[in-house]
Amino acid sequence: MANSLEIEVNGKRYAVSYPPDTPLLYALHDELGLTGTKYGCGEGQCGACTVLIGGAPRRSCQIPVSAATAKPITTIEGLEKDGKLHPLQQAFLDAGAFQCAFCTSGMVMSSVGLLQTNANPKREDILQFLQGNICRCGTHPRVIEAVQHAARMMLERAR
Amino acid sequence: MNTVRQSFAAEPERFEFGAAPLHKFDLARREFFKLLGAGVAVFVVAKDALAAQETPPGSRSFHNEELPKEITSWLHVGEDGVVTGFTGKAEMGQNIRTSISQTIADELRVPFESVRLVMADTSLTPFDAGTFGSRTTPTMTPQFRRVAEAARNLLIGVAAKEWNVAPEGLVAADAKVTDPASKRSFSYAELARGKTLAQNLPAEDPVTPATEWKVAGKPLPKVDGRAFVTGSHQYTSDIRLEGMLYGKVLRSPSFGATLTSVDDSAPKAMSGVTVVRDGDFVGVTAPSVHEAQKALDAIRAQWKEVPQVSSKEIFSYLKKNAEPSSNERFRHQKGSVEEGLAAAAHRLETTHNVAYIAHAPLEPRAALAQWTDGKLTVWTGTQRPFANRDELASVFHIPESSVRVIVPDTGAAYGGKHTSDAAIEAARLARAAGKPVKVVWTREEEFTWAYFRPAGVIEVKSGISRDGKLTAWEFHNYHSGMSGIETPYDVANQHTEYHQVPLVLRSGSYRGLAATANHFARETHMDALAHVAQIDPLEFRLKNLSDVRMRSVLEAVAKSFGWPRKKTQEGQGFGLACGFEKGSYVATCAEVAVNHASGDVRVIRVVEAFECGAIVNPDGLRNQVVGAVIQGLGGALFEAVEFENGRITNPHFAAYRVPRFRDVPKIEAVLLDRKDIPSAGAGETPIMAIAPAVGNALFDATGIRLNNLPLVPNGLRAA
Repeated sequence: MANSLEIEVNGKRYAVSYPPDTPLLYALHDELGLTGTKYGCGEGQCGACTVLIGGAPRRSCQIPVSAATAKPITTIEGLEKDGKLHPLQQAFLDAGAFQCAFCTSGMVMSSVGLLQTNANPKREDILQFLQGNICRCGTHPRVIEAVQHAARMMLERAR
Repeated sequence: MNTVRQSFAAEPERFEFGAAPLHKFDLARREFFKLLGAGVAVFVVAKDALAAQETPPGSRSFHNEELPKEITSWLHVGEDGVVTGFTGKAEMGQNIRTSISQTIADELRVPFESVRLVMADTSLTPFDAGTFGSRTTPTMTPQFRRVAEAARNLLIGVAAKEWNVAPEGLVAADAKVTDPASKRSFSYAELARGKTLAQNLPAEDPVTPATEWKVAGKPLPKVDGRAFVTGSHQYTSDIRLEGMLYGKVLRSPSFGATLTSVDDSAPKAMSGVTVVRDGDFVGVTAPSVHEAQKALDAIRAQWKEVPQVSSKEIFSYLKKNAEPSSNERFRHQKGSVEEGLAAAAHRLETTHNVAYIAHAPLEPRAALAQWTDGKLTVWTGTQRPFANRDELASVFHIPESSVRVIVPDTGAAYGGKHTSDAAIEAARLARAAGKPVKVVWTREEEFTWAYFRPAGVIEVKSGISRDGKLTAWEFHNYHSGMSGIETPYDVANQHTEYHQVPLVLRSGSYRGLAATANHFARETHMDALAHVAQIDPLEFRLKNLSDVRMRSVLEAVAKSFGWPRKKTQEGQGFGLACGFEKGSYVATCAEVAVNHASGDVRVIRVVEAFECGAIVNPDGLRNQVVGAVIQGLGGALFEAVEFENGRITNPHFAAYRVPRFRDVPKIEAVLLDRKDIPSAGAGETPIMAIAPAVGNALFDATGIRLNNLPLVPNGLRAA
């Protein structure tokens, strides 16, 4: 094969045979079957395809797979550990912070990125950080509530 | 006056895509048990074996009709005690998978966790016209109650026979039948074991009243919630089949353009690419989305374009092109508007323009099609699986029995996923490729080739007496539709009419249909009248309202909002609006802040009171109500589809602004639970009053009356 790209996703290495200029989103979603990462616009405008690259939230529809080989990638499938949900997943679940839930993976991944750099975000920080994530069902207030709740849980746990 | 309206059959209005023909369910009884295993099953089948449900096609009378009693839904209690309900309705985020499961658990007397629902699969579920018009709760809830009640009685009957006692003395609870006299009990699983008991039922009304509900009425969390937060739920766009290819379809550069020539030599030379041509249909398949897109981009096509109306001239176009002959079905008259106006102390005329808006569900239209031995299976996110099945059968000239449409729980629709576009495209490409093909529309395709909530022009003329009572009401809607067109206010002299206009952009259902436009016009006009009469807007409405349920939501919202409020800041304003549609009532208060220097408009706080009869799931309802307020803010403030020369000029989220986190005000939902009134649907009505409430608040803040939607696409500068 001409293409022998390798990417590291959720702690595992994968060979990717899609052309190197393919957006990372399609490599993850279609070739590797990690379908939790969603196509919402393909334009970096909706946040549904958000994954962590080297720990930072990135729009996977805007990054060619060839540019994603150097750093480890985390998708929504990589958050659960030993059958235990990530505190953000648990908080979204507890708050019922989804309706059609198509935005949920991206919301959770963006929020994981936020809490990694700002463990105790103010409401304003959350608005600012999630401004690029679209929810068409209008579940925003519960998403904010879930992120605040998860932040508190994670701070308590770290203590 | 008792104004409890119990007959609220949906108006199948022009923009609610008509119901499909009626069909028999063709899964044989024996097949049913083979599929699900032995147990106890209850079918509720219509008298004439036809699944006549929803309002029948062709009946478009102005007034509500009683719902047909014929119903079809069914339920199976397995040998393992698992209860399976079957419905043709689709889950798209409105959370009916949860609320229907609650209803079944409640009436069958089983734990919520033991119920599962098979939804929207044309080979497994009963015929259903579609998931629209806020019909699921008012139709499916009573149907499943009847089915579950019958299943419960069947199980009691089995136990009675086993113990040789009269069934009347036995009690069903916690998935068990107990004989209180002897303290013996059988679990439902034990009773179902080895049985293939089935019963057809007439449609009766023996249901547990809402005051005695134990599982229904509770704020239970969404079924399968864990699958959504872990990303494991498979939407249509996530399903993968062995050997599957990805498809793309060539679109014309403008609406109405026809193909004159195609050069597909470049894509044909690409590895793994197949080009499919069939008349004006040109599409490609490839091993990946990216390669399919490249192949599509490499096609050279010539088109003949035709002149098209643009958004700049749309409102004058709609007014000028209204069909001249007035249609009686679209007109409602009583008294004499002329006399009412002559008797009025004040008269007012207003005109309201409402722009086209897009649904923009986050999961675009998607379909995966597979042909096996001449039979077609399509997974697609649609609100009308049976209609999609029929359309596929018709397009491909195969019997309906050769088509199966399956709807995975879908990434929202809001009225925007009635049609079978992506399904037909995927099926055509799959037939040519000889492999399964998936088509997922791009966001640009979704913004361009889906359909829109129709634009409209609304003209209102009214008169009031010296003491602020309506004396005349004349209301004309051009193009946008009839939903919510009738005024809920008491007025002896009225003339309400809908005027059809030939389509400009492809138009169809949207959450609330035209009720949003009609309520915007009516409630904006009422606010202006209150101002003319120098009466507080709440008091003015109450003065003209005898509908008790409408008064209740108005009083509830006023109490929670603190109406009337005194302004404490520059640029602050408060507004109010209310409405009724599809069996439920809404009243909304909004607080806005206008920065006079920058023109920046912010909605600060919204309180919405909502009443839809007995509440099935208050948590799900709250999500729907708050969600409708937020979604409604988009159409209220800034959403508008722009078009020129047959092209949509803002087909991206960067150009078509939808509400984001910073646009979201503080929102309080006040839910009135009327256990004495049958449950109505709640997906649509909560979106209707936010736009006029915000517009009226902006008037309060600035003295500028905004009569068009969107209200402030470019902010608001003092005149």
